Amino acid sequence: MDKKILELLEQDGRLTAKQIAMMLSKEEGDIKKIIEEYEKEGIILGYKAIVDWDKTDREYATALIELKVTPQYNRGFDAIAERIYNYPEVQSVYLMSGAYDLCVILEGKTIREVALFVAQRLAPLEAVTSTATHFVLRKYKDKGVIYGPANFDERGNCN
Amino acid sequence: MDYSKLLSDKVQVIKPSGIRKFFDMLSGMKDVISLTVGQPDFPTPYHISNAAVESITKNKTYYTSNSGLPELREGIANYLDRRFDLRYDPASEIFVTVGGSEAIDMALRAIINPGDEIIVPEPCFVCYSPLIEIMGGVAVPLYTDVKDRFKVTPEKLRPLLSDKTKAIVLSYPNNPTGAIMTKQDLEKILPDLLSRDILVLSDEIYGELTYTTAHTSIASFPGMRERTIVVSGFSKAYAMTGWRLGYVAAPAPIIKQMLKLHQYGIMCASTASQYAGVEAINSGDEDIQYMKEQYDLRRVYVVKRLRGMGIECFEPEGAFYVFPRIDNFGMTSEAFCQKLLDEKRVAIVPGSAFGAGSEGFARISYAYSIDHLTIALDRIEEFIKDLK
Repeated sequence: MDKKILELLEQDGRLTAKQIAMMLSKEEGDIKKIIEEYEKEGIILGYKAIVDWDKTDREYATALIELKVTPQYNRGFDAIAERIYNYPEVQSVYLMSGAYDLCVILEGKTIREVALFVAQRLAPLEAVTSTATHFVLRKYKDKGVIYGPANFDERGNCN
Repeated sequence: MDYSKLLSDKVQVIKPSGIRKFFDMLSGMKDVISLTVGQPDFPTPYHISNAAVESITKNKTYYTSNSGLPELREGIANYLDRRFDLRYDPASEIFVTVGGSEAIDMALRAIINPGDEIIVPEPCFVCYSPLIEIMGGVAVPLYTDVKDRFKVTPEKLRPLLSDKTKAIVLSYPNNPTGAIMTKQDLEKILPDLLSRDILVLSDEIYGELTYTTAHTSIASFPGMRERTIVVSGFSKAYAMTGWRLGYVAAPAPIIKQMLKLHQYGIMCASTASQYAGVEAINSGDEDIQYMKEQYDLRRVYVVKRLRGMGIECFEPEGAFYVFPRIDNFGMTSEAFCQKLLDEKRVAIVPGSAFGAGSEGFARISYAYSIDHLTIALDRIEEFIKDLK
């Protein structure tokens, strides 16, 4: 039952404890407690809206940066990852297998701002041996959600 | 021109579907939140759709054999065995139809002589009686009772059996009630079915959507296979309503007659749909499971909400409908639904659309997202408060 709550919230973070309780035939208070527990333990880290900024007039640029880094004695990649992920401009940091080590997703107001961040903040880091910056041209789908027109119910009434 | 003289008398006396009337009224209205739709809200699983796309681009765009692609019939035979313990020969005992609806039509046309009686348990989907009547048959309603959880019982069945009885329709899991007939329920009516030469038209289109126990097909009991025509399809289980793909499984002598009608009237089901069907039937079990789990959450939610409002609501165990009782508000089901629509802009289907035995109830579909259901049920809750 526990995983069920997480699955439901992962699908729709706005579900209320009351709705979940009714779907699972549990008490609302119990569901609230379990969710609070998840939040305390850091299993649930946050709730966010998925925004298609292209439908607004907000300027932004997103880039995916491949970093090759030298791992640190005793701490591996953790120390360098931490130094990078603490910048608020950094959206995501993943440790990768394969041709490079860290995948960093950056967001800025303009391409120039993102490029400057790479040049001034990431490239100079001692552990970083190389960077390759790829700008995102268009988001088609993110976090399981397709970026397109809003859905509407096309179903015909037949039976 | 006096068209009434040119058109078939039998067709002209058929009443248009009671559901239609209500739906047509909705079609112009913009701000209505609807709980009327009788089909899944999920899109067809992508791998299934893709199989059809691929078949088209590879020019597999010819008629198939009348009975359908051999690999599809093979797949259906394996599926019926795997899921429902039914064994049919894909070459002579199965054919592919344009949806479950065609299968029902062909079955009724293949078995009815004028004057034959077909027992039709109500509430039920709207198609059986008109199709029976057009063949000159007589639809004998069996009014199931909410007290019996809308099941067919021997007590209700026995008095209706006569020398003229040709068949009984069993439509479980049921639209509109959500009732099911379990193995034990079916066992109770077996003696009556086995003691005479009558057929069962078992419409198992919602067979995959049961929530409390797995579906049992009447054809799986000893002695029943030879008396049963199983009709089903891909619409509900795989969210494939628009593909119009169904099938029938029955003893070869019955299939042989049905196939003639299908051959002249239909030729074959759409080829692209059949290729999608091959993918669905062989690799779709997980898709079914996923969708069923989602429906189940909503089912529990909706029943709980309705009962919380003080509405008597029988627990549906299959399909994706709830069938609450609304006769204590001093209105016909049609008046109730009309008032709900006018005052709260929520659409549900009056029981009267499903036959005389369904008055006093209304059908609510839960093939919608939880958010959609929540908004609609909040409005129904306000409506009920206003009425009280």
